[in-house]
Amino acid sequence: MQTIGRPVPRKEGRDKVTGQARYVDDLIFPEMLYGATVRSAVARGRIKKISFEGNIPWDEFTIVTAKDIPGENCVALILLDQPYLADEFINHPEEPILLLAHPDKHLLEEARRNVQLEIEPLPAIFTLEDSLNRKEIIWGEDNLFKSYKVEKGNVDEVWQSADFIIEGEYETGAQEQLYIENNGVIAIASPEDGVTVWGSMQCPYYVHKALLKLFGLPEDKIRVVQVETGGGFGGKEEYPSMIAGHAALLSWKSGRPVKIVYDRAEDMASTTKRHPSWTKHRTAVSRDGKLLGMEIDFVIDGGAYATLSAVVLSRGTIHAAGPYSCPNVRIKSRAVATNAPPHGEERFAESNKTSRQKKGMGFASFMHGAGFTGSGEKYLESVVGAEATADGRVRILAASTEIGQGTNTIFAQIAAEALRLDYDSIEVAKPDTGAVPNSGPTVASRTCMIVGKLVESAVLGLKQTLSGSGLLKENYTQEDFRQACRSYIEQHGALKSYSKYKAPPGINWDDEKYEGDAYGAYAWAVYVAEVTIDTVTYEARVDDFVAVQEVGKVIHPILAAGQIEGGVAQAIGYTLFENVVWKDGRMINNQMTNYIIPTAADIPPIRVFFEENPYAYGPAGAKGIGELPMDGAAPAILNAIENATGASINHIPLMPESLIEALGGESG
Amino acid sequence: MADASRKVEINCKVNGEARTLQVYPMARLLDVLREELRLTGTKEGCGEGECGACSVLIDNVLVNSCLVPVLQAEGAEIKTIEGIASGEQLHAVQEAFIACGGAQCGICTPGMVIAAVNLLERTPNPSEADIRTGLAGNLCRCTGYMKIFEAVVRACQKQNSEARIQNPE
Repeated sequence: MQTIGRPVPRKEGRDKVTGQARYVDDLIFPEMLYGATVRSAVARGRIKKISFEGNIPWDEFTIVTAKDIPGENCVALILLDQPYLADEFINHPEEPILLLAHPDKHLLEEARRNVQLEIEPLPAIFTLEDSLNRKEIIWGEDNLFKSYKVEKGNVDEVWQSADFIIEGEYETGAQEQLYIENNGVIAIASPEDGVTVWGSMQCPYYVHKALLKLFGLPEDKIRVVQVETGGGFGGKEEYPSMIAGHAALLSWKSGRPVKIVYDRAEDMASTTKRHPSWTKHRTAVSRDGKLLGMEIDFVIDGGAYATLSAVVLSRGTIHAAGPYSCPNVRIKSRAVATNAPPHGEERFAESNKTSRQKKGMGFASFMHGAGFTGSGEKYLESVVGAEATADGRVRILAASTEIGQGTNTIFAQIAAEALRLDYDSIEVAKPDTGAVPNSGPTVASRTCMIVGKLVESAVLGLKQTLSGSGLLKENYTQEDFRQACRSYIEQHGALKSYSKYKAPPGINWDDEKYEGDAYGAYAWAVYVAEVTIDTVTYEARVDDFVAVQEVGKVIHPILAAGQIEGGVAQAIGYTLFENVVWKDGRMINNQMTNYIIPTAADIPPIRVFFEENPYAYGPAGAKGIGELPMDGAAPAILNAIENATGASINHIPLMPESLIEALGGESG
Repeated sequence: MADASRKVEINCKVNGEARTLQVYPMARLLDVLREELRLTGTKEGCGEGECGACSVLIDNVLVNSCLVPVLQAEGAEIKTIEGIASGEQLHAVQEAFIACGGAQCGICTPGMVIAAVNLLERTPNPSEADIRTGLAGNLCRCTGYMKIFEAVVRACQKQNSEARIQNPE
């Protein structure tokens, strides 16, 4: 009974279409308080005084400041530079300073507005130029979170012999992930019982690691449970560690469960966004069309703290030269600090563009590496477990989260296929750090290829144990398998199998020299966009979109196409609609009313085609898919606009006003 | 005029059941449904009528329940996502959303399903443009809408073929 490649129903589909799926804001705990965050209005400064004003019964409130933190006041990620609550210095607008909790949500909001902060402002910087020129040093010794250099061949010698040299500078804006469910958690914490957090998140073990340090508790005293999550797109990778810590601190002090769910304005203003970037390409080309050399300078704005900028920069560096063969390459990349809220991971994208209604067509060819970059997977050492249940079914144990992309469904398919069982006989456990091993974060297009492979080998481990103990013969039926599981559990108590990541043979990466195989495998794609430009309104509209990709074996045709269509739609928004407007480091259009994402009326037909070239070390031959579609749409659309108008555009988002400028203001 | 600071009695029907509510008149219908009636299938995405995650039907009119003061529900028939299926039997739109991949993360899904059900009631044979317009008030960040359009078409075909069986020409 073949399961891979078939459109089996999504595991949690019925709950989602009937409204029965429970997200964090749908949960109410007895005696629960609501929590709120008092934030800085200033981009950079020093806290002078905090006072509690207004006609508010302050004695009814739980109030937490940095002084109440039992462990270390830092969000443990790569570096330990970001505090949970600012103690003295403020480094970005919306930085959390103080927490409040109360049973009445409405009074809580009143109270939040009545906390007066006196902050002495310090000079702040908001642009890449000011950061690179060290107008102010706001982070470390040089504002530099991380830099990389890649060198191949001899770039300095190619410029003399080149027939053509093409140069360009390209800019991309921040992008709000705009998951429709805002960030939210519920926490129960006490010195006796430790800390438990339920929340909307991509990476339960990131939250676990951060809470360990915040509370200074042993590992088994911290438990993190992912509940149904209403979208992530990279925006719930590192931020949940912050909000989880806040709710837990309030619960620790009040002795009651505390829920914090942001409203849209708070979520948009204070949580991470895609990094703004600036790139300069200088490319030497021969008359017969060969690439002779590339020199690339790539800079991203990381905001006020390091968070995951080094990881994002690393991926950007390795993808910067695109899918082309070129003998001489030099890439220099830097992640720099500004006084904006930290920028985080978002479904990765590169913009590597090379042109009364004007129509045009453009294309882009590109690739996207699956899994953590460089030695990342080696360090993660991900583990997946599988266990037999008492009724002889198989349950997958992994911390990889279902955030809409279909983790539950494809894990069950992979397991069913490997064991030759029905899809329905496989369950996927809820990610709960108290019950599942650390299969790594749900990011970097790694869940299917890397974790899926571990699912495959973990369930095969179950079968091996059953065969080894003589309970399962070579050719078994579904019922034989169930019976074998039941017998094994009767005899031995439990049947479990774990599988740990090992790099495929021949995959090596040198962290020092920054060379080798950065990824086990790449997905490859060619995207084509057709656009119409209205020369009166200067609106660009995508009329048709074709996405052709090779992602290895397609596990689930509908889910896979859904990943591509959703990614292309986000990328169309990124290119033409989604303009984060900044004022002194703060997003000021932090509402859905004025930060516009594509609606059903805006999206062209997105036609998706897969070429399948099975990858030997992916589950059933699959590679990664999630981030791929973000990479190609912007260059395809900008090339189509160049084809239509002759204007070469070098920045996104391309709003009508910038198109007027680019076209010299003439109207059709 | 009602005093906004004093609770009032509101009588309405929710998913066919008569309800008497003691609520603040300016409370958002969204909060009353979620918190008083524990009908949490209706979601809040933006709180300002942009995303449609809180869509419900009031007397068969599609509204954003985050923008409706509960006072306006007096005497009305309200339908939420919990009232779309008939017991265990899913509505054709719900079945089609599962079959076509119309739900990914699921947070917009209840509102999207309500909007699609309402669209098919108003327009039994919608064109592609009708579908796009009918769902333009419901934002989805996961799907790129293609699978949702397919689901509406599939549900429409199923409903029409069932109607033909019941009423042969």
